[in-house]
Amino acid sequence: MTVLKGVAAPPPKVEVRPRGVSRQEAWQRRLPLLPALIYIVVVTQIPFLVTLYYSFQSYFWDIPGGAHFNGVSNYKTVFTSAGFRNALERSVIMTATAVIVAMILGVAFAVLLDRKFLGRSVVRTLIITPFLVMPAAAALVWAGPMLDPNFGLLNYLLQPFGVHHVAWLSTHPLGSVIVVMIWQWTPFMMLIVLAGLQSQPTDVLEAAKVDGAGALATFRELTFPFLRPYIELGILLGSIYLVNVFDQVRLMTNGGPGTVTTNLPFYLYEQVNNAFDVGDAAATGVVTVILTIIVATFALRLFAQVFQAQEERA
Amino acid sequence: MSAVPLRARRSREPGPQRVREISGRVGWGIVAWVVGIAFFLPVLWMVITAFKPESAAETWPPRFTFSPTVSQFRLVFSGWGPYVTHSVIATVGSTILVLLLGVPAAYALSVHPVKHWRDGLFFFISTKMLPIVAVIGPLYVIALKTQLLDSIWLLIILYTAMNLPLAIWLIRSFMLEVPSELLEASELDGAGRIREIAEVILPLVLPGLASTALICVIFAWNELFLALNLTTTNAATMPMFLISSVPQEGLYIAHLSAAATVASVPVIIVGWIAQRSLVRGLALGAIK
Repeated sequence: MTVLKGVAAPPPKVEVRPRGVSRQEAWQRRLPLLPALIYIVVVTQIPFLVTLYYSFQSYFWDIPGGAHFNGVSNYKTVFTSAGFRNALERSVIMTATAVIVAMILGVAFAVLLDRKFLGRSVVRTLIITPFLVMPAAAALVWAGPMLDPNFGLLNYLLQPFGVHHVAWLSTHPLGSVIVVMIWQWTPFMMLIVLAGLQSQPTDVLEAAKVDGAGALATFRELTFPFLRPYIELGILLGSIYLVNVFDQVRLMTNGGPGTVTTNLPFYLYEQVNNAFDVGDAAATGVVTVILTIIVATFALRLFAQVFQAQEERA
Repeated sequence: MSAVPLRARRSREPGPQRVREISGRVGWGIVAWVVGIAFFLPVLWMVITAFKPESAAETWPPRFTFSPTVSQFRLVFSGWGPYVTHSVIATVGSTILVLLLGVPAAYALSVHPVKHWRDGLFFFISTKMLPIVAVIGPLYVIALKTQLLDSIWLLIILYTAMNLPLAIWLIRSFMLEVPSELLEASELDGAGRIREIAEVILPLVLPGLASTALICVIFAWNELFLALNLTTTNAATMPMFLISSVPQEGLYIAHLSAAATVASVPVIIVGWIAQRSLVRGLALGAIK
């Protein structure tokens, strides 16, 4: 939704297929790119400019008369309201917890699946399934059949451990939502790490084995450093998607109880749909985008490094 | 995986160690199976519950034996008509548009790259990092003023923008694998750019295009936020059908499970079939 040129990448060292380029040739090369470029600029940048415009306007759905300029007062509201700060904090907690736990589980499962055993491909298929389930379906199935205090499967399975009819969604709302996020994104992390594990050259591992290195030492000294770019890529991509999580929040807890599970996407949704406040929502959006640009600048740098490492190895 | 030489060497080792190794392997295999089943359990439970009569779905303890019924599915299929139609149109429409725009763009970023191809590539991916939720209010106003609110066209346009950056990265990575000798040969033959794409590149990247399309289908089919905010009846999609299957009162768990099963199963099956290309797609082609 905005241009991040310049921060994007270090100067290219090698062109893919270097060649002298004439003016006509340059246009011939540019032409196929233009439709997609124009499309993305129009569809993603125009709404952003409109958002910028409305962030300086007072505009409510339900009040006739349309928008009028009101300076920076929307921004004042954003920075002074507890709602925005709370939503920002919730977003950070939810995204960070889900990404980190999903990655730890993902690495563990990938290591498990990297071994040979009976029915390995079946187990892999079972584990990736949560990622494919429609998020809205996952949220509703967890909220009902899985977590219900009176007939939920989880309470039944935890009965031997002394758990009795816990109302998960009201006693542990944030934890419940995060668990579903982790459940859906662990397979994603696992797939990326597994791809890394399987591209690891085996001769190095064998040499380590011949030298008498234990499994744990081999993993720490050889495998983990090799996996690092894959892990970074997984964390980066997972964060991009998980920071936008809306379905689970809307359908499991509706942001509550109170505002315990109100993350930024849900907060913005409420501002538009319940408070009818386009101006405040736009200002919140602009602040969100600026925060994202700051984070994304670092993320893109990282991404460029990973990308380059891949390219050099290829 | 090339564990073959390892195994060959091991088999020559003396008995006890080999026994320990085999039992170790079986042990880890069991752990992996337990993990796999645990992760699959909620999906399995959803499907089982979908076949229950409503009275058997909300019991304590949960019931594992019951006489299965398809009445919930019948109910789902009687109501899902408009929703599934909208979902199919939005998904297929946006995926076709993504491919039409993405293939030439990926070509311009790989085979005969434009000067600042790297900036272009990172510009596309940077648009994925900015949350669409931030612009939802103004997006509503724009849709209202352009008469696109609650129209399937709006979803097609937005889903295309949502998936296009991903698709360009992915298709580009497939095009880079086309051997340059083939491209040079076609150039020597006097083939123009169009013929080069149609006769040399497309046939080779076709499997890649298929997996790209699958990923676009998954994301478009599952999308709820935009649909919920910008449509009501004329373009409501499958995730919204799910929400509508939760009534204000009364028993609904079996019905909900049937609806969730119907909504999820197509994508689950597609994903199972396309597992391998899924990995590469999700990693934006950076990992092969």
